[in-house]
Amino acid sequence: MDIQNDFFYTKEHEWVSIEDNIATVGISDYAQEALGDITFVELPHVEDEIEQFGQIASVESVKAASDIFSPISGKIIEVNTDLESQPGLINKSPYHKGWIAKIEVSDSEELSNLMNAEEYENFLESEG
Amino acid sequence: MDLIFEKSVTGVRGYMNPQLDVDIFSEFPQEYQRQKPSFLPELSELDVVRHFMQLSQRNFGVDTTFYPLGSCTMKYNPKFTERIAQMPSFTEMHPLLPQLKKADQLVQGSLEVLFELEKWLCEITGMDAYTMQPLAGAHGEMTGVMMMAAYHKAKGNKKKYIIVPDSSHGTNPATAAIVGYELISISSDKDGVMDLKELKKHLNSQIAGMMLTCPDTHGVFNVHIDEIAHLVHSMDGLMYYDGANLNAILGRCRPGDLGFDIVHVNIHKTFSTPHGGGGPGAGPVGVKKDLIPFLPVSRVIKKEDGSYRLNYDYPDSIGYISSFYGNFGILLRAYAYILLLGQEGLKQVSNHAVLNANYMKKRLEKYFKVAFDRICMHECVFSASQQAERGVHAIDIAKYLIDQGVHPPTVYFPLTVKESIMIEPTETESKSTMDRFIDLMIKADELSQTNPEMFHDLPKNMPISRPDEVKAAMDIDTNYFMKQS
Amino acid sequence: MIPYIPHTHNDVEEMLKVIGVSSINDLFGDIKTHHAPRSFQLPQGKSEFEVVEYLKKVAAKNRSNLIPFIGAGYYDHYIPSAISALVSRGEFYTAYTPYQPECSQGTLQALYEFQSSICTLTSMEAANASVYEGGTALYEAAMMAIRITKRPKIIMDSGVSPIYRKIIKSYTSNLNFEFQETPVIHGKADRASIERLCDKKTAAIIVQNPNFFGVMDDHSDIVEKAHSQGILVIQSVYPISLGLLKTPGEMGVDIATGDGQSLGLSLNFGGPYFGFMTTRKKYIRQMPGRIVGQTVDGQGRRCFVNTLQAREQHIRREKATSNICTNAALCALQGLIYLSLLGKEGIRELAELNFHKAEFMRRELEKIKWVVVKRSSATFNEFTVCLPQSASIVVEQMVDKGFAAGFPLGRYYKEMENYLLISVTEKRTKEEIIKYAQALNNILNG
Repeated sequence: MDIQNDFFYTKEHEWVSIEDNIATVGISDYAQEALGDITFVELPHVEDEIEQFGQIASVESVKAASDIFSPISGKIIEVNTDLESQPGLINKSPYHKGWIAKIEVSDSEELSNLMNAEEYENFLESEG
Repeated sequence: MDLIFEKSVTGVRGYMNPQLDVDIFSEFPQEYQRQKPSFLPELSELDVVRHFMQLSQRNFGVDTTFYPLGSCTMKYNPKFTERIAQMPSFTEMHPLLPQLKKADQLVQGSLEVLFELEKWLCEITGMDAYTMQPLAGAHGEMTGVMMMAAYHKAKGNKKKYIIVPDSSHGTNPATAAIVGYELISISSDKDGVMDLKELKKHLNSQIAGMMLTCPDTHGVFNVHIDEIAHLVHSMDGLMYYDGANLNAILGRCRPGDLGFDIVHVNIHKTFSTPHGGGGPGAGPVGVKKDLIPFLPVSRVIKKEDGSYRLNYDYPDSIGYISSFYGNFGILLRAYAYILLLGQEGLKQVSNHAVLNANYMKKRLEKYFKVAFDRICMHECVFSASQQAERGVHAIDIAKYLIDQGVHPPTVYFPLTVKESIMIEPTETESKSTMDRFIDLMIKADELSQTNPEMFHDLPKNMPISRPDEVKAAMDIDTNYFMKQS
Repeated sequence: MIPYIPHTHNDVEEMLKVIGVSSINDLFGDIKTHHAPRSFQLPQGKSEFEVVEYLKKVAAKNRSNLIPFIGAGYYDHYIPSAISALVSRGEFYTAYTPYQPECSQGTLQALYEFQSSICTLTSMEAANASVYEGGTALYEAAMMAIRITKRPKIIMDSGVSPIYRKIIKSYTSNLNFEFQETPVIHGKADRASIERLCDKKTAAIIVQNPNFFGVMDDHSDIVEKAHSQGILVIQSVYPISLGLLKTPGEMGVDIATGDGQSLGLSLNFGGPYFGFMTTRKKYIRQMPGRIVGQTVDGQGRRCFVNTLQAREQHIRREKATSNICTNAALCALQGLIYLSLLGKEGIRELAELNFHKAEFMRRELEKIKWVVVKRSSATFNEFTVCLPQSASIVVEQMVDKGFAAGFPLGRYYKEMENYLLISVTEKRTKEEIIKYAQALNNILNG
């Protein structure tokens, strides 16, 4: 199970990494594994304002569907349109090519509501 | 196998229309004409018949194989009900006839069937009145929850939540949501029934009602039913009975006596009307006295002179639920089935459905982990977790059974049991049929130990092996002509 | 013992022994004595022969010998015999939802062919594998438009079946959606009223073609204006008319629905029928109900599966596009066989027959002094006439003459007490039409 060190995580298995006040959001390796082959991603619209833990996207596999919640509040400035034709990028590369959206962070304090890599690893273990 | 469109030959006809026996006055107006003709296929009648005969041979049905699909009640559908449903005096009746003055006198037979069936359903389930309009179980749920909302609204408080157990069928939460309620899902305890402690934690005055199957989706009769009904009623919530499993309790208890206020009956399950590859069903909804004013219109009433008519005069009614009086052709089959079985026959149905399920459970529990170690009702739930550890999942066992000529049980439902295998033999299956199935299941367990890899290529004996479902979902092809153009 | 339970006394004893209980009653221990039915008074069972004889008598209380000129959305078309021979095959009739594709290719391929046939008939891009019936299909379409546009208002033309409009209103009474109805002018949807009501809150405009009065229309102009404001257009259609009539796809409609009864199903006193739903490919994920897709198996062979299931209640639960589960698969199969027997030419010819016979009837009725036949708009196989008295009373008198004379519009349109809606299918002969006209003439003159 791959967990990226400098990223932050939610209990719903989304990740966020921040660079220059821009947050990149996606789902964790654990989440993509649990969903199986992802066949469709419903992306948000650029310019949408998103609240922390508010719905930002949804992903579908053959036998499951899952809503994706934003780890952080802010305005969406870019979405990964590659996922429209290649939703499987999330399976292949959940932390890099499979990113979902970039958000202009409105409140970086919110990171304290998230888990760091170590806490997320413990969380996954406790979930069994 | 070729698609019917690929067998089409220009100019061939499969049906001859009657002659045009009137004078032509005017051509069809140009401005409204379709621009391009359709691509409907052109085949002779024989070639159409052969195409569909060959398609039928690529299906398993109850008529061809054991079909223990849990929660779906795939019992034998008696042939005589089909014959009755084809009587022209029933099939030829236009649904608007009873809405015309005097013409209701022309459909007294059909109205009588609806009226009488309502009476028997009331007696079987302990309710005070029924609507026959809902066209399937989920449609019945919607009708029932709409009545629930109307009931609370009339009291000045629509309320906010509906409670369902986590083991519920997906239609329950979906129904509550489309009628405008929020959902509270309650987990099950170790016996497979709703956890009372959890329920108490979530009770509040905004509870509109609870939707429950009983026996529930785990095949277990809810021993806390009295207390649950009491708790929900104490919040002025209504108890909704999802009749998916009514076939387990005929003559043993009635939802109406257990404290349920609204009931839907899946006619195609308990009363053995054909499942048809996924419908048509019928889902009449019964209610207690207090809810009668909210029933959909129309309702069939019996006049003093003994004749029947439709009545629309119910000002508090939730309105029209479907265009007419329900799936009449399906309801008629159920009526015939009830008449043939009668009081004792209906009791026998549940007795033997429960006997068969327990026999199945006992014989298989040495090989597969039972989800709930207790006497079950009409179906039993196993987990293939031990087999899964050997790399053989519930789906693999299902494919093995298909290869052996048996329709598999329900797998991966209920969602509350990992690797679940849900078996509902039904009362119409003999001990020897079940024994053959049990032998296959034991063999599957044995193979999971000796040759687990073998499962992954199954089925091998069918016209197709496992389909690529990812391709189906990515490379969407749901219309032959879309691809052609 | 009833004939559908196969156990012998010995079987039962043996099974009880295996289970480890002494009687069947022991299996019902969870149901306490105080749960016993307060009443369970049902008749004693009967033999098959007795039930059949009894129900023959009940059936005989229906008087089925009226010559039908009543339609109003449900039509008396001829049903080719091959249909019942095929749909009564046990492999179709006694199968269930194709959860296991390897042993359900018959149902799955048929549903794929059904979807394709409905698409080519309507010139639409995608169809589902059927819903319950035409009215509920239209409701699902309205909900679908609300989901797609995320707007709460629907505009409905009063030319849409009043039955369907009532259904939609009852279903949404607990939800915060707004419905506005627009009048019919000269038999057609009133463009000006529709335009006035269109705004940023509007999700869709619902029209019907031919409309409830049998009037044909080309809604292309409505579609064009709607699309310029991000509004969808939903059209309810009568499938037989599409043999000739301009299709929803050709008009640019976004969602087209209809009732499949006319495609080879008996009138059956209201059901079972099936509803069909079609849309553009880009909206397919917002469509409710089962959808069958083509794919390949491990060996690359063509095969069919239920697809895009993540929309459905068994996966999405409270977030599903609809609560629909069981639909009307066997009825959809009937519709498919019907369309396959008729074929491309047969359906066109059938539409022509219906059109010409109804035109003939119109001419015959125009000859009657007291009857005013509406001529302002073209109709398909159904049209309205204005009578000098209540249509409902005339219909009552026509029953005595052996006719189901039509549908009195006053039942749903208060201002149309004297109007009668008359339908003529290919089954009505010249002789029946002339007799009808004579009978009506006699009543009105009498």
